[in-house]
Amino acid sequence: MRSIFLTQWRLLITVLAVVLLTVGALTAWLWPRSPWTPEEVTTLRGLALASLPPLAPDPSNRYGDDPRAAALGARLFFDTRLSVDGTVACATCHVPTRQFQDDLPLGQGVGTTDRRTMPLAGAAYSPWLFWDGRKDSLWAQALGPLESPVEHGGTRTQYARVLWEHYRTEYEALFGPLPDLADTTRFPPAAGPVADPAARAAWEAMTPDDREAVNLAFANLGKAIAAFERQLLPSPSRFDSYVEALLLNDVAAMQAALSPDEVAGLRIFIGRGQCITCHNGPLLTNNDFHNTGVPAVPGLPEDLGRATGLPLAQADAFNCLSRYSDAQPADCAELRFAKADPHVQTRQFKPPSLRGVAERPPYMHAGQFATLRDVLEHYNQAPAAPAGDSELRPLELSERELAQLEAFLHSLSGLGQAPAACLGCHPEPDAPAAAAPERSIP
Amino acid sequence: MIGSLDEGQAAGRPTGNGRGRQRWIVLGLALVVLLAAGFGMMRMRMSYVPADLDLATTRSSNSGLYQVRYAPEAAVIPVNQIHTWTIHIETADGRPVEGAAITVDGDMPQHLHGLPTAPQVTQDLGGGAYLVEGLKFHMPGWWVVDYTISAEGQTDTVRFNLQLP
Repeated sequence: MRSIFLTQWRLLITVLAVVLLTVGALTAWLWPRSPWTPEEVTTLRGLALASLPPLAPDPSNRYGDDPRAAALGARLFFDTRLSVDGTVACATCHVPTRQFQDDLPLGQGVGTTDRRTMPLAGAAYSPWLFWDGRKDSLWAQALGPLESPVEHGGTRTQYARVLWEHYRTEYEALFGPLPDLADTTRFPPAAGPVADPAARAAWEAMTPDDREAVNLAFANLGKAIAAFERQLLPSPSRFDSYVEALLLNDVAAMQAALSPDEVAGLRIFIGRGQCITCHNGPLLTNNDFHNTGVPAVPGLPEDLGRATGLPLAQADAFNCLSRYSDAQPADCAELRFAKADPHVQTRQFKPPSLRGVAERPPYMHAGQFATLRDVLEHYNQAPAAPAGDSELRPLELSERELAQLEAFLHSLSGLGQAPAACLGCHPEPDAPAAAAPERSIP
Repeated sequence: MIGSLDEGQAAGRPTGNGRGRQRWIVLGLALVVLLAAGFGMMRMRMSYVPADLDLATTRSSNSGLYQVRYAPEAAVIPVNQIHTWTIHIETADGRPVEGAAITVDGDMPQHLHGLPTAPQVTQDLGGGAYLVEGLKFHMPGWWVVDYTISAEGQTDTVRFNLQLP
């Protein structure tokens, strides 16, 4: 009997050892610091900045990659004369040292907008601009705030006159002659299809040819600003160093790039957190539109997001198919094949790039959440949407997992001081002396 | 099992101990295989994609009326980028299908949503070839693209599966 017990003990120990070894091996396999599966490596490589393809030309803006247009656009971007009262430039809200956003829940121009200012790095890669995608190019986007009564607040005849008075040489060298904007009878100081009834009436009173000439100058103003904005790209982050090291199988460099908690957060990011459903590609956004049940802000008008944005883009006088676009219709696939579905698109908003996200609270389209943790709690709980249907389902992540996810998001901050191509951040050395006061960097 | 082991040992068969150990090793190995299979299944469940997904670029339509082949404009189907496909349609006996009326739809079965765009067949290129514009896949994973083809009074649908990295 004794020998039987002994044998059984030995066998039991053998089985226990096998089980322990198996569990140990599997734990090591599943543990955050373990190697990634080949599929995960493919996913991670796709998220790294090194996977960002060169920016394709914008067929609707033939000046998009012209350095002269970019230089002119950089000056226009900082020029507060492009506003009704001389106080607001693009850079007022798109602050170069702050990732070209303003840290505020709602943008503040000459008034207060209903949405948060979007950062600009990599914006040129997006087929749709604004949170609701109501514009289909960077140049058409730039024109929107200029005529918004709460942003720049001015009119297109006013802006054409700024080009005439202060940028005529550079402008005409690029885009051809401006009309005789010295003539305030033909071109009233404030005229345009804007909210203000007097400016609108003045616009209606102009001849169709004069309106057309102003529209052309206005479109070209946008194209110059877009040429500048096309140069604004995100800078590499610790996450990118990690992926680079992973692809080289350099374990030491991987460990130097990300902490174990950040790696655990990355695993959640591409796995259980399902973050890459929308935040995919090297810019960590699919530039599409999603309803994630973000709460409405009391006091603001109802915001239906993409449901109103797409019809606006389709009707926009400066869209890809418009006469001011340089594109052939075949180049306007995004606009031509856009799918209108007002129910599905209700309260869909564009996911912003997550590059640099930790440095720019508050979050969401109207700054609804003050901290990254608030955002992650929201995604974890997946509350019902105020309108339309939220795509979220509860994630059931623990506090520790949320902390790891948050840690990972911090690793997406750019390592450079400012985008390498931020030529508008400093006056160009060869700029004429008179150009200096035109810049107003808040 | 333990009963039979005891029996063998009690009978004092010289091979009893060895056979018992063998059984335990087999049991241990089975456990390992089971555990590994369990984890494997868990991982599979997390991705919900059928293991036998047919990713072929040439497929028969559901009722076998047509053989359909597709070729994207780029070698690799891009994520997040609008692009075109050319599809080639033949009858089951290899005759090109010309003048067909074709509608396009797509879906992401795991995510309960369709395509972000409304792609269309915009050109009959002749010889059974058609240009499809406006296709876009805005996330990695398993997508399906369905073409409903009507020609010569007969309609059939073909489904392509895509697994985008």
